[in-house]
Amino acid sequence: MLSTLVFVPLIGAIITMFLPKEEDRIIKIFALLVSLIPIVLVGMMWLDFDMAAAGMQFVEKAEWIPSLGVTYHLGVDGISFPLLVISALITTMAIITSWNIDHRVKDFFAFVLLLETGLLGLFVALDYVLFYIFWEIVLVPMYFLIGIWGGPRRRYASIKFFIYTLLGSVVMLVGILALYFGSGLQTFDILTIAQQANLSPTFQWWLFLAFFLGFAVKVPVFPFHTWLPDAHVEAPTGGSMLLAGVLLKMGAYGFYRISYTTFPDAAQSFALFMGVLGVVNIIYGALAAMAQEDVKKMAAYSSISHMGFVLVGLAAMTPMSMNGGLYVLFSHGLISPLMFFFVGSVFYDRTHTRMMGELGGLYTKIPLAAGLLAFTAFANLGLPGLSGFIGEFFTFAGTWTELPNLVMIAVVGLVFTAAYHLRMMQKVLMGDAPAKYDGLPDISARELWVAIPLMLLIIWAGIYPNTLLSFFNPSVESILAVLGVM
Amino acid sequence: MVEYAWLIPVLPLFSFLIIVLFGRYLKNDSDKIGIGSLFISFLLAIGVLLEVINGSTITKEFVWATHGDIEIAFGYSVDALTAMMFVVVTFVSLMVHVYSKGYMEGDSRYKRFYACLSLFTASMLGLVIANNLLLLFICWELVGLCSYLLIGHWFEDIENVLAANKAFLTTRVGDIGMLIGVIMIFAMGKTFNFAELTHLVEHGEIAGVGLTVATIFLFVGAIGKSAQFPLHVWLPDAMAGPTPVSALIHAATMVVAGVYLVARMFLIFAAAKTTLTVVAFIGGFTAIFAASIALVEEDIKGVLAYSTISQLGYMVLALGVGAYTAGVFHLMTHAFFKALLFLASGSVIHAVHTQNMHKMGGLLKKMKVTGWTWIIGSAALAGVPPFSGFWSKDEILLGAYHSDYKILFWIGVIAAFFTAFYITRATIMTFFGEPRDDHAYEHAHESPSVMTIPLILLAILAFGSGFVNSPLTDMAFGKFIALEHGHHASPSSFVQMTAVGATLSGIILGWLIYGLRIISRKSIIKFLYPVWRLLKGKYFIDEIYNVVAIRGSLALSKLIGAFDKYVVDGIVNLTGRLGVFIGDLIGDFDNKVVDGAVNGVRNTFYVGSRLIRNAHTGYLQSYALTLFFSVLIGLIIIVIGG
Repeated sequence: MLSTLVFVPLIGAIITMFLPKEEDRIIKIFALLVSLIPIVLVGMMWLDFDMAAAGMQFVEKAEWIPSLGVTYHLGVDGISFPLLVISALITTMAIITSWNIDHRVKDFFAFVLLLETGLLGLFVALDYVLFYIFWEIVLVPMYFLIGIWGGPRRRYASIKFFIYTLLGSVVMLVGILALYFGSGLQTFDILTIAQQANLSPTFQWWLFLAFFLGFAVKVPVFPFHTWLPDAHVEAPTGGSMLLAGVLLKMGAYGFYRISYTTFPDAAQSFALFMGVLGVVNIIYGALAAMAQEDVKKMAAYSSISHMGFVLVGLAAMTPMSMNGGLYVLFSHGLISPLMFFFVGSVFYDRTHTRMMGELGGLYTKIPLAAGLLAFTAFANLGLPGLSGFIGEFFTFAGTWTELPNLVMIAVVGLVFTAAYHLRMMQKVLMGDAPAKYDGLPDISARELWVAIPLMLLIIWAGIYPNTLLSFFNPSVESILAVLGVM
Repeated sequence: MVEYAWLIPVLPLFSFLIIVLFGRYLKNDSDKIGIGSLFISFLLAIGVLLEVINGSTITKEFVWATHGDIEIAFGYSVDALTAMMFVVVTFVSLMVHVYSKGYMEGDSRYKRFYACLSLFTASMLGLVIANNLLLLFICWELVGLCSYLLIGHWFEDIENVLAANKAFLTTRVGDIGMLIGVIMIFAMGKTFNFAELTHLVEHGEIAGVGLTVATIFLFVGAIGKSAQFPLHVWLPDAMAGPTPVSALIHAATMVVAGVYLVARMFLIFAAAKTTLTVVAFIGGFTAIFAASIALVEEDIKGVLAYSTISQLGYMVLALGVGAYTAGVFHLMTHAFFKALLFLASGSVIHAVHTQNMHKMGGLLKKMKVTGWTWIIGSAALAGVPPFSGFWSKDEILLGAYHSDYKILFWIGVIAAFFTAFYITRATIMTFFGEPRDDHAYEHAHESPSVMTIPLILLAILAFGSGFVNSPLTDMAFGKFIALEHGHHASPSSFVQMTAVGATLSGIILGWLIYGLRIISRKSIIKFLYPVWRLLKGKYFIDEIYNVVAIRGSLALSKLIGAFDKYVVDGIVNLTGRLGVFIGDLIGDFDNKVVDGAVNGVRNTFYVGSRLIRNAHTGYLQSYALTLFFSVLIGLIIIVIGG
């Protein structure tokens, strides 16, 4: 099941390359259909998923390079499953969003599907070699998406993205190799190493640091975040959606899957440090977002700010805080693509600008699109009743018993978060509209196909958290057992 | 009936959803959906109240979130306080819904207006039915959202947007405090359920400094929502919204949420004596502070806005001195008479197209219903016996008189004097004397019956609702609403005489200055010029916030933005340049790999594959290099750490 899930998009990408290049429409429809298959598969897995189990499910294991102890090992648990949902869903949404692409159509959709394979593979890989391969596979298509279909400064942004994340992953590779040699188990199996390796605290400390740098760039953690605003601003909107919705989750996922289970002692000693960085992310990201004129850049800094919650939740190591962190991941995986979809596609396609100063009064011109953007903004600022609030609230509530001072500082960020969203709505939607925006068409049916499914999930995840928590909770409890705090 | 109580908030919620989803087909029939659903809610609320009076209650729960072994339940319960709030909220909101049919006629966003009104009411009713702090907080924030949307209803004018932003952000500051309080209480009790929390507090399992700090933080939320000093600044600006919205915000939703919070958690607050003292002093100070600003206000809605802040201060003061019944009682009577006053002012504004009282005068002749209902509302606000406000204010002053701090009683008395004065002034300036603006006066006309009927119904309650807690009914309200631990202070004729004395002297002074003009207004201003200037400037609190909080955060954000752009990213780019320089040296990395890749992707499969091969060669070089270093560093780590 998992192999099919992971490689269907890859096969789709290869077939796409053989399609006649002038048949844009066929290519797009084909890519869309291919991207629906993982959604169906994930849905089928949901039905079979054992909610009570903490361990891996749908496991596939085979020898690969026996001499080195490399195995083809896939599996999914309550932490990775919701991320598969996000990956599959956002890929489809990104494809629908990219319907207007008219330049090298074939390459574009092939890259998107390749990216999906990388993302799905990463979240189910249980072998370090496999993990690393998928980690790097993700990098390549995204680099091309930005570099070929990006905005005016695409070269700068794509190179920055590439080098930055490559540097991070190289350090991680160092860590993987050190772990392989240091554990002495002759295996790259993530679970085996986590369970059996007896690593000294000092060794753990170094390895944690190496993996931390790899993950921190992807999260991104301050001060390794400056690739993100550039990448987002230049990326085509479909790419931005995948970048914000799924790629940013890779680093945080790494902390849950690898760092916390394999280096539990080091995790304890790094916890406060991570918490502090998380608070810095929250406040710094929010303040920087408030200073932006470009709506897409604002959304990018907003992502940085939201990822801070995950770090805070990890730092506190309580069931509620760790669940909260995962909830933020999931929720941000829905909200941020929606945000980029609106500012980068729905509004940009109509007004051809993303500068707040040039926009204004659009509620009177395109009321439905404007109302939906307002919905997204409120979801992003953590309005109760929508998914963002649940994650933030549980993160803070779970962190309070361990690190109350951090919570006290971090909540200030919520005021700034509200402020920059209100400012954006004021400048984009309210006031008088310039005459040049007369007669703009309101949101189209195709665009509603992107917005409505995401909105429904945001509402559902905001009303009834146990749907997701029943996935997270058993797995989080088992991580905490490894950490020795439960 | 009580088993259908959950429908009371759900019906307006449905109305909201129907208008949002099918508004384009409904067009202006949206109002019928809103009014109809709320009317059913109102009938249900009456039915529920009658059953609760006869002793029924209900509680329902389900597991909402699971963390480790902690299960968080969500649910609702209906008790006396909830039942009373249901009636007050649904009735006032229904009046506002009906009135808006006339007031908002022809508005370009008529549907949106009714959708927001419905959601607003639903959120407030949800807040009232919640049996736990977290659900209350969720509804609390939704109430804030709706007030934002409604204050900014006419968002073409950026002033209105700024007022909406101000309301949202100021209450958000309070909400942050409340959030901390919610989290602290939860950390101590492992539950959000009010009944369970109360139980834990009564058994001393939550106590001491923790309880005090947590309740103070919760109260910060109430300060924001109920516009208490120092977070009161949003409420006067909130009148930028359409007048029916102001009526709803000021009377039955939004601002009473804070008072309701303290009332709902009263037994928990009462266990923290320090918190109650803080509550009492904040309330008392706000009562007199806001009343003093209302003395010089020229905008008819401005007078009412500061009046609301002041009256909320009374309610908070009552709860702070332990007079629970009095606080809740005043919440109810105030809801009726303040909704009446706002809607009546809306009727006036509708007629003369100005809010400035200096341009009004003599309107009673032209607007009989509006004028007389306003006068009834004013009498209730001023506390003229036997209007409703008299009974509830008297209870509050009695509570303050019996508290540990006599000063609070005198503050209340002076605020009562101010109240009587400013409302007399407003009444005379608006409805009596000679018209000061002939043009406005010429155009003035009585509003249509869809607007005046709500005024009449509200006026009946503004007059009569106080009797439910009077000797005539043997203090029935108090007995119904009282908590088992609530104490009831014995009546005192001294308190009653003082209160009535303050009210009458306020009215008489107002009449002397504005009615008979025996005392010259100008000479008073001259005599008390610095005080007058201070009041006129509203103690310059907005100006202080503007300099400190708003400009401060903006400057900070600009600083961070620049820091990020020039310093953090500057370092990154510098490092990047260095890297490129080194890369050039070792193998023209940039050209061959990065640029080559970008420019080199070809459309055909053949060229594409060749390119990938090319890219891979580039990769492989750097990979080989990294691999080498990796192994090296890995070995070093093993040597050091292993």
